[in-house]
Amino acid sequence: MATLEIDLVPAQPPRPNLLRRVAGAFSDPGIAIFAALLAGVLLLALLAPLIAGDPLAIDPARRLSYPSADAIWGRDHLGRDVFARAVFGSRMSLGVGFSVAIIATVFGVTVGLYTGLGRLGSGLVMRLNDAMMAIPAILLAIALAALMDAGLATIIVAIAVPEIPRMVRLVRSVVLGVREQPYVTAAISIGTSGLPLVLRHILPNTLGPVLVQATYVCASAIIASAVLSFLGVGLSPEIPSWGGMMADARSHFRDHPELMAYPGVLLSLLVLTVNILGDRLSDALDPRKRRRGSL
Amino acid sequence: MLRYIVGRLLSAIPILMLVAVFIFSLVHLTPGDPAVLLAGDNARPEQVEQIRARLHLDQSLPVQFGIWALDAIRLDLGESIYSKQPVSKLILQRVEPTLVLAAVTLLLTVAMSVPLGIVAAWRANGWVDRAIMAFAVLGFSVPVFVIGYLLVFFFAVELRWFPVQGYKPLASGALATLHSVVLPAVSLALVFSALIARVTRAAMLEVLNENYIRTARAKGLGTFRILVVHALKSSGIPVVTVIGIGFATLIGGVVVTESVFNIPGIGRLTVDAITRRDYPVVQGVILFFSVALILVNLIVDLSYPLFDPRVKG
Repeated sequence: MATLEIDLVPAQPPRPNLLRRVAGAFSDPGIAIFAALLAGVLLLALLAPLIAGDPLAIDPARRLSYPSADAIWGRDHLGRDVFARAVFGSRMSLGVGFSVAIIATVFGVTVGLYTGLGRLGSGLVMRLNDAMMAIPAILLAIALAALMDAGLATIIVAIAVPEIPRMVRLVRSVVLGVREQPYVTAAISIGTSGLPLVLRHILPNTLGPVLVQATYVCASAIIASAVLSFLGVGLSPEIPSWGGMMADARSHFRDHPELMAYPGVLLSLLVLTVNILGDRLSDALDPRKRRRGSL
Repeated sequence: MLRYIVGRLLSAIPILMLVAVFIFSLVHLTPGDPAVLLAGDNARPEQVEQIRARLHLDQSLPVQFGIWALDAIRLDLGESIYSKQPVSKLILQRVEPTLVLAAVTLLLTVAMSVPLGIVAAWRANGWVDRAIMAFAVLGFSVPVFVIGYLLVFFFAVELRWFPVQGYKPLASGALATLHSVVLPAVSLALVFSALIARVTRAAMLEVLNENYIRTARAKGLGTFRILVVHALKSSGIPVVTVIGIGFATLIGGVVVTESVFNIPGIGRLTVDAITRRDYPVVQGVILFFSVALILVNLIVDLSYPLFDPRVKG
């Protein structure tokens, strides 16, 4: 007897693979340069003790001296090695940038998913969210950093807290859109609910926009940490940071603008790199961003 | 229309109240006793108690909040721990430079970024577009104080066209004031324009695909007229929205820029108050900036019907 074989499993639509699309975004040479630049700064931060000398050693006799063999970028107003401080300063920027991006993402995604699904208290949480967004972010960060006890963790929390509401908004808006999709209705109709529904069907759709937003959060956290050190809020000024180096360079700006330039250029380059990678990811991950014709 | 305006105004009130709660708890839940700080180093315990009673610090937190909020509504923001002056007076004394700086920055930004965004959208994907967008990415990647020192180096130290720092009050003549805020305003505007040029471009691209633009072209209207009259008006809502959202960044920028250029505005007041742990001033200044931000976004909301008559609430 001939059997009629019915394929009970419907043809799966090609599942967009996030990893593959991320990898695709970095494949062309223009972007590879920036990815390499970021990798370079990472390496600099990790291998700082091998690359540079002691960033804390003071040598008042040679204060503000020009580049020499043992201090290739010269010495600052306390006779400290500028190159060493710049290399070690990358640790601060990257450490704060990545930590803030991770914290803002974890909290933002959790709260965003919760409120997006419209669970108990979502309305109240969103109003609180709006209120937090009504306080200028950098101001909130400065106040938090100054009012809590000084320390690296404080700085990270102070910068992360104002970033969370934006992430919540983003995730919530994606969830609100995805919730109405036929495949989510279908999943609910066959009895999927609760955590499996969220983890399997809703969360994966938020990852693209969240990854892009996390890159921008990282960039703005690097700027914010530099602003805090520049204004002298938070960590002790002897800890090397690019913002702190610029603050030190202020009083010698006329005679030694290069002391301002080194950390300023490094800081700008790092933020530029992270932003360009973010833009690139955004183009690669957002299907709506196809090239449009012009007038 | 009136209902829309009243509705928007009313919706700002709960946000404002939550902001007040937030700022209050921010300062009151952090370690440190303001009464001890205020009394000074060699104060006797009775004096500390006296100050505590005068500032209502002996009351429960909700009562303290009630007293603070009621005073704040009457524009009484307490007294500075450092200078013993009323906080509202301190803010009022310093409001002029900040307002001038923000206004000049806003004008420069709109004058610079909207045309750039339009041209980028018009020449989308061409080299002009690429150049403008590269400038935009650069603009919000280079921190405002780095741009500030770069401008100071070239235009103040080398060329000597502008002062290195300081502010000339309006009382000394509007031109002198303008001259003193050019460099800080340009630094801020470069950062702010980057954001707005990007959004203008994106909004214009969206609109340029619409049928009525094709109709306008078919009618034989010139490119300039189509871009500026037909397309720009429809792109208005996202553009003014991002100006409102970007205002938060602008406020942060003002705080930093006032420190770079030594401008005695509210930004400097903020930084000084924070480094001195002058709690009443910190509270007052953050409240001031938050109210300003809410007001600006309210104005943005109220401007929507100008660009799209369908928005009536």
